[in-house]
This record gives sequence, structure tokens and C-alpha cells, in this order.
Amino acid sequence: MSVAERAREGRVIATRELGRRFGGRTAVSDVTLTLHEGDCLALFGPNGAGKTTLLRMLAGLLRPTSGTGTVAGIELPGGAELRSAIGYISHASMLYAALSARENVELTSKLFGMRDPRAAADRALERMALSDRADMPVRQLSRGMQQRVSIARATVHGPRVVLLDEPFTGLDDSGSAALGAHLAALRAAGTTMVLVTHQIAEGLALATHAAIMRAGALVRVEAGDTIDPATYLTVYREHVTHGA
Amino acid sequence: MAPSTLPAALLIARKDLAIEFRTRTAFFSALVFALLGIVIFFFAWDPTAVSPLDLAPGVLWGIFTFSGLLGLQRSFSLEQSDRAIDALLGAPISRESIYLGKAIANLVFVAAVQVIAIPAVQLFYGVPLLEHAAMLALIALMAAIGLVAVGTLFSAMAVNTKLAEMLLPVLSLPFFVPIVIPAAQATARLLSGRPASESVGWLKLLLAFDIVFVVACMLAFPYTIEE
Repeated sequence: MSVAERAREGRVIATRELGRRFGGRTAVSDVTLTLHEGDCLALFGPNGAGKTTLLRMLAGLLRPTSGTGTVAGIELPGGAELRSAIGYISHASMLYAALSARENVELTSKLFGMRDPRAAADRALERMALSDRADMPVRQLSRGMQQRVSIARATVHGPRVVLLDEPFTGLDDSGSAALGAHLAALRAAGTTMVLVTHQIAEGLALATHAAIMRAGALVRVEAGDTIDPATYLTVYREHVTHGA
Repeated sequence: MAPSTLPAALLIARKDLAIEFRTRTAFFSALVFALLGIVIFFFAWDPTAVSPLDLAPGVLWGIFTFSGLLGLQRSFSLEQSDRAIDALLGAPISRESIYLGKAIANLVFVAAVQVIAIPAVQLFYGVPLLEHAAMLALIALMAAIGLVAVGTLFSAMAVNTKLAEMLLPVLSLPFFVPIVIPAAQATARLLSGRPASESVGWLKLLLAFDIVFVVACMLAFPYTIEE
């Protein structure tokens, strides 16, 4: 199937029995999922469930050892074309502490070949309400501000897909709320997202789909309209603890 | 459109040098190490037994080798602290451009240490290094390319291990030997006033190792950063 045909179908992320082994250990096995434009999958699971590995495969940072998948119409593991369609955010800021917020974001916009990198960086920082801190070294910013710079960095090139690995880690309540609002705006703009998080309330607030991962496999996947946030924590615990 | 290999490499090199310029930690560590090495060798030296012309090339290349390791150690460790390496790997640039950018920054770093250490060796040992500045610069540059090519690759390999600080020298030093021997031999011939033709063979050997190491390390690099 050509890139154009896949794009016409509107499937931004589509995997079929995707898996990854590290030596003799299976980190991810048989993950099949489909997400369309503007979808947001909240992916929950205990530590070591394989969530980050799955995300890194979708980001083109890790080669799958089994199964197939496409992201933004490009076959995994993809290459430069795939990476240009993705924004990747994790609990680590992925920033250089000695550089200013603007320099960090501008470097990314240059590496992504933006036409006016400086202006693109300024716009991205403005969206994150960081224009007044743009020239401060990242090491002098609070954890919440660093996370906002990290989002500016990851979205400066207008990616179709944003992959988030525990972005709420280390943020206080107001920081989490601000991050949630930014992510909601991204989703509303049609960005497809996969959000790995331990914070079920924050995850469900953004999600159009939710999934639970255990021992490398998706053990429960459901669409947003069938999710009951009031009981989801119980459902999650049953799946994780008792393997329901 | 994303930049091609060389422009992307230059962006990465400029970023690394900007960080080093602001923090100056690795440069000053390497420089202090180099100067201390020169001083220690000087006080351990018996000028009645060994002539300065025999000793200086060994001192020079010994301190360049070990002080360079300090900079190479930092090359990829600065990418690890906040997983900035993931941002580089997630950019639509070639893996080779990351290697090349790191190597260019390391080359500037090693060259900067050499620029200060060479006059210091002349000062302490009274050897005519600066009289042969152009030729010595050529030897130093060629040797630095080889050292940096190997060291940058092994820095990327070692950084993900728990014993990174120990592993980098253990991996790198055996590969530094074929670079340091011709560089030291060419320097010795230069200082003793022998005709340049006597150094050509050593320089050709140095060039051959440079080419082999640069090409092999650039090809191997993408595999070292794949998980």
C-alpha cells in the first residue's frame, strides 16, 4: 500500500502484532492498535510493562523484532521521513542545561530543517508562555518550565504525531494542569498522541482511547466513550494485579 | 528539508562547543592535566642522561593522548544527563552526522589543548618546537584526527555502561598506539633537524590510519547507538 493510500485511510498509527525482544527477554509482544488523526491513546501499565519500548518503536528510535507498523503512513522502523513527522517528549527533558531555552528549541528547528528556525523557536516558546524566559539557561528554569521548553522543542516542527513518555512526572498540580491544557490544544489541532502515564486521571482527561499494558502485551484497549473514569482505577488494578 | 550530513554535523559541533565554552569544565581539566604532566616529567627528568630532544616528543604525545581522553569522555556524557541524545536521534538527520559533529567538536577541543601545551613543552624542555610550527601543526592535526575518530566512537559505546570512565581508556588506548607512534617518530625527526623526507614515511602511515579510522568509525557509529 502506498503512503498516499495509507494517509487517505486516515490511520496515523497502525501496528499489527508489533514486538520487540532484547536478547532472550520479550519487552513487547503482539501489539495491534490503530489510531486516527486527533486520537489520543492513554497507555497505562506498571513499571517494566513495555510502554516505553513500544513508544520508542513508534518514534523510530527502536527497531521492532516482530510484527509490522506504520506511523504517519511510513513503515516502521522508518528513517528520517518518519522522524520528521514525530515529536517525542519524555520525563527527561532532553534539553541541554547550559543552553538557553531559545537555543535548545532553535537547535531542534534547525535540525528539522525549518525555514526560519529562530522565528519558529520563538513561536513555539510563545505558545508555551515562555517568551520572557527564552534567554535563560535551562538549568535555571523550574522543572515545570523545563517541561514546557521540552514540549516547545518537541512540537516546534508541527509534528503529526506526538509521543509522550510520562510527561507529568515531577510536575506539581499547577504544572500538570498547564501541561494537560497544552496537550488538549495539540489534540484539538488534529495531532495524534500516545501518552504513557501512571497518572490515570490526567491520562483519561486527554484520552480518546485507553489501554492497559502488562508484561509487554496490551491486555485491555477501549475507546473513550466506553471508559468510565470513576471505575477505571479499579479496572486497572484488577488487570495489573490479578491479570483479569 | 532537514540538513544533510555536513551541515547537521556543523550544527551539532557548534552546539557542543557552545556548551563547553560556557561550562569550560572539560577544557580546563584537560589543560591542567596536560600542564601538570609536562611539569611532572620535567622534574623527573635527568638532563645528563636523556637529551631533551629525545624526551620531548614522548612527553608531548603522552600528554596529548591522555588529556584528549578527558574531552572525549565528556563528548557523549553531556548527551546523557537529560537524555538529550534522544532528541538528536529523533531528528531527521543521519546518524553519521551526529558522529561527525561530535568528532569535529572533539577535534577543536584537542587542538585547543595542543595550542597551549606545545609552547609549554618548548618552555620547559628548551626544544625548538615553535621553529617548526607549520610542520608540527600538520603532524598534530593528523594525529588529532585519528585520536578523535577512534575516541568519539568509543565514547558513544562506553557512555551507556556503568564503567564508562574506565572503559573509554581501556577501549581507546590500544587503537591510539598506531596514531601516537608515527606522530611521535615524525616529531622526533623534526626536532632533531633531520630532513623532512625522513618523516614522510611516518606521515603516510599516519594518514593511512586516519583514513581507516575515520571511515570505519563513521560506518560503525550507527550500530553503537542502536539499542
